[in-house]
Amino acid sequence: MNSFVWSLVGGRVLVAVFTLLVVSFTVFCATAILPGDVAEVLLGQAATPEAVAGLRAAMHLNDPALLRFVRWLAGLASGDLGKSYANNMQVAQLIGPRLLNSLKLAGITTLFSVPIALALGIAAAILRGSVFDRALTFLTIAVISVPEFMVATTAVLLFAVHLKWLPALSFAREATSFWDLLRIYAMPVITLAFVISAQMIRMTRAAMIETLDTPYVEMARLKGASPTRIVLRHALPNALGPIVNAVALSLSYLLGGVIIVETIFNYPGIAKLMVDAVSTRDLPLIQSCAMIFCLVYLLLITVADVIAILSNPRLRR
Amino acid sequence: MGNLVEIRDLKVGATTDAGRRVDIIKGVSFDIAPGEIVALIGESGSGKTTIALTLMGYARMGCAIQGGSVRVGGRDMTQLSEKERAAVRGTEVAYVPQSAAAAFNPAMRIIDQVVEVSRIHGLMPDAQARARAVELFRALSLPNPDTIGDRYPHQVSGGQLQRLSAAMALIGDPKLVIFDEPTTALDVTTQIEVLRAFKAVMKERRIAGVYVSHDLAVVAQIADRIVVLRGGEVQEIGATADILSAPAHPYTRELLAAFRPSVDAQAAPAPAAVAQPVLELRDVVAGYGALKSDGAPTITIVKAVSLSLEAGRNLGVIGESGCGKSTLARAIAGILPPSSGDILFEGKSLPRAAKDRTREQLRQIQIVFQSADTALNPAKSIAEILGRPLAFYHGLKGREAQARIDRLLDMVRLPRALQERRPPELSGGQKQRVNLARALAADPRIILCDEITSALDTVVAAAIIDLLKELQRELGLCYVFISHDLPTVQAICDEIAVMYAGEKIEQMPRSRVGARDHHAYTKLLFASVPKLDPQWLDSLERNPELVAALARR
Repeated sequence: MNSFVWSLVGGRVLVAVFTLLVVSFTVFCATAILPGDVAEVLLGQAATPEAVAGLRAAMHLNDPALLRFVRWLAGLASGDLGKSYANNMQVAQLIGPRLLNSLKLAGITTLFSVPIALALGIAAAILRGSVFDRALTFLTIAVISVPEFMVATTAVLLFAVHLKWLPALSFAREATSFWDLLRIYAMPVITLAFVISAQMIRMTRAAMIETLDTPYVEMARLKGASPTRIVLRHALPNALGPIVNAVALSLSYLLGGVIIVETIFNYPGIAKLMVDAVSTRDLPLIQSCAMIFCLVYLLLITVADVIAILSNPRLRR
Repeated sequence: MGNLVEIRDLKVGATTDAGRRVDIIKGVSFDIAPGEIVALIGESGSGKTTIALTLMGYARMGCAIQGGSVRVGGRDMTQLSEKERAAVRGTEVAYVPQSAAAAFNPAMRIIDQVVEVSRIHGLMPDAQARARAVELFRALSLPNPDTIGDRYPHQVSGGQLQRLSAAMALIGDPKLVIFDEPTTALDVTTQIEVLRAFKAVMKERRIAGVYVSHDLAVVAQIADRIVVLRGGEVQEIGATADILSAPAHPYTRELLAAFRPSVDAQAAPAPAAVAQPVLELRDVVAGYGALKSDGAPTITIVKAVSLSLEAGRNLGVIGESGCGKSTLARAIAGILPPSSGDILFEGKSLPRAAKDRTREQLRQIQIVFQSADTALNPAKSIAEILGRPLAFYHGLKGREAQARIDRLLDMVRLPRALQERRPPELSGGQKQRVNLARALAADPRIILCDEITSALDTVVAAAIIDLLKELQRELGLCYVFISHDLPTVQAICDEIAVMYAGEKIEQMPRSRVGARDHHAYTKLLFASVPKLDPQWLDSLERNPELVAALARR
């Protein structure tokens, strides 16, 4: 480990912070140019000109946009996400439990799908050209092509309606036993795993095939190494960079991209909260959700990049 | 004492992606006695590496051993299970790869990869294996033998890596070591050290070897016997001295003849008294990266090189990898604009960057790149590839262009029927001819040839050199011929410039090659070119300090 590596890692983190700033500005602008006046919408029927003007002043809506942006950013930095327009609660309080639910779903899906996806990808690379490899390639492409609402709806039809094995809706707080928990999470987790695994399997396979074709893997074979040793000691460490990146990209989907799954299973997660916020024009809530999605995304990508940098001995001079 | 290796009627076949079956090795038989080094020699595609790998019971992707037997120490490798073969690999038969730089895992320390052989086969405790590795590093005269293993592969030079890979092969105490073109990727000055180290270790430990190479002179130094291969069949087997002095088979004679391209007997016409140089370089500086405050690039590759090329004569630029010779060609062509200095064509200054040159100026200087594989667009037919410069420089279309393409193919001795094919369907030599024809299409005065024969087999390369000479006679071209190979440069060039670390250190007419008053590096470089004489390596005297200072190993 030396200063060169740290400067690379530091550079990556700086880029992430800068990106976050740009995104926050974009999010603010996007919500600011939404048509309609917030004060009017909030007051609804009681929107007399005086009341609207008063509310606008109270909400600092007459200040220049830049000032409002800076004030909002300062609030974010100090942990104050603002107040919800819809029910006047603290946004942080609204988001807290929902974020926890989403993280729970994401975590379970990760634990379930990443090992399976990596194992399948590696196996396909080793058995390249075999029936197993071709079947897997066919299946992953099929899964990528089928939209997730299709998978989710089919799963509900099959397991909840016809077979009656699993509940159609997923309220996590109703779980009383581990078995219940399993039943509740089964369908959303399987649906999400379908969506994110396909990409991971394909990327892992491609990265592994590339390293399995290198002269140093052939050399390992000619040293008498066993297939396990060849894969774990020689091929995998060198394929780690692209694999970690593919995993990070897939996982980032689990927080922002699960709207459809959360809606279909009526799962109380953060994506569903955001959808609801859009229908009530709850700007602080929308902004905060968007920022959280972006933060998680950047976090995953940055961690993947840092792992790729650290796993490359050429950078550790 | 019986033979260590007995190969009988070996057949190896491959299945192409299209499902077609191709015979690669068509019934090869030969023996290797214990402690004997046998060379497999032939051009690329002759099956020499494939045969060598069957000694480990291994066939590359898509290939399979289809018949015959490969007995190593009494056991037939073709009959063993994959697990039994793995047990033999590294312990009885070991492998030294062509490119050690690619054959070392970039993510592991060297020592871990060397002792891995012992770990895999459970040969000895780790500490003992490490001690043995260090001992081998010392025997292979590697610098800092105690600590060199702690480095990663990218931290040591190519010549060192090649010796480290030999240590990796020897640590399991094999009876037979396969050397797969182990010095082909090295510079000549480095090659000598590696060859000497290999030879000393093999003789001292009485290990048998199979040395795969296309270079007869290298093989002459190390092998006891030579097997000449072509198209998967043995052409001739004999003791090294016999093969070199009295080759029986016509193909062996052809190989020997091609080894040293004939130097044109007739002297080049003496330059006219006041010959105007066609091309002149004055203090050309080129490199990469942003320009510093003094106008020089961050990394300077070519340092103030001045050259001149007279009409009808050829200039050879010779030097080892990294000396800046290819960068010089790119600077002349304007692909990499020089940061300072002048390039004059027929006495007139050329703009430094290609994009600032007129079409006419561009037409006069054409460049032919080293690798025709990457220089030709694999998706275009030969006719399209040649038609492009015809349209660009001469505005030729339709029937006129077609006539010219036919003539160009005649010029480079390719059948006209080839023009409908695409580059991947051609052989290496044919591709290089197309590459040359594309440069000729512009009708240039000067062709910059950047290592154009380096990737070719000796016989094919000799044919390309002959072609270049013929074209010169017919078209009055001048070549700037860039190469690391002295015999090739000698064969075609009237003037030879030697480059070292970005500078031109010497320029001489061909007749003065081998004179006594050369620069120290020039002497070292010229002396390092292997000769067919089997005694050459042993009798070669080198000043180790000078070598260490000049050959950047």
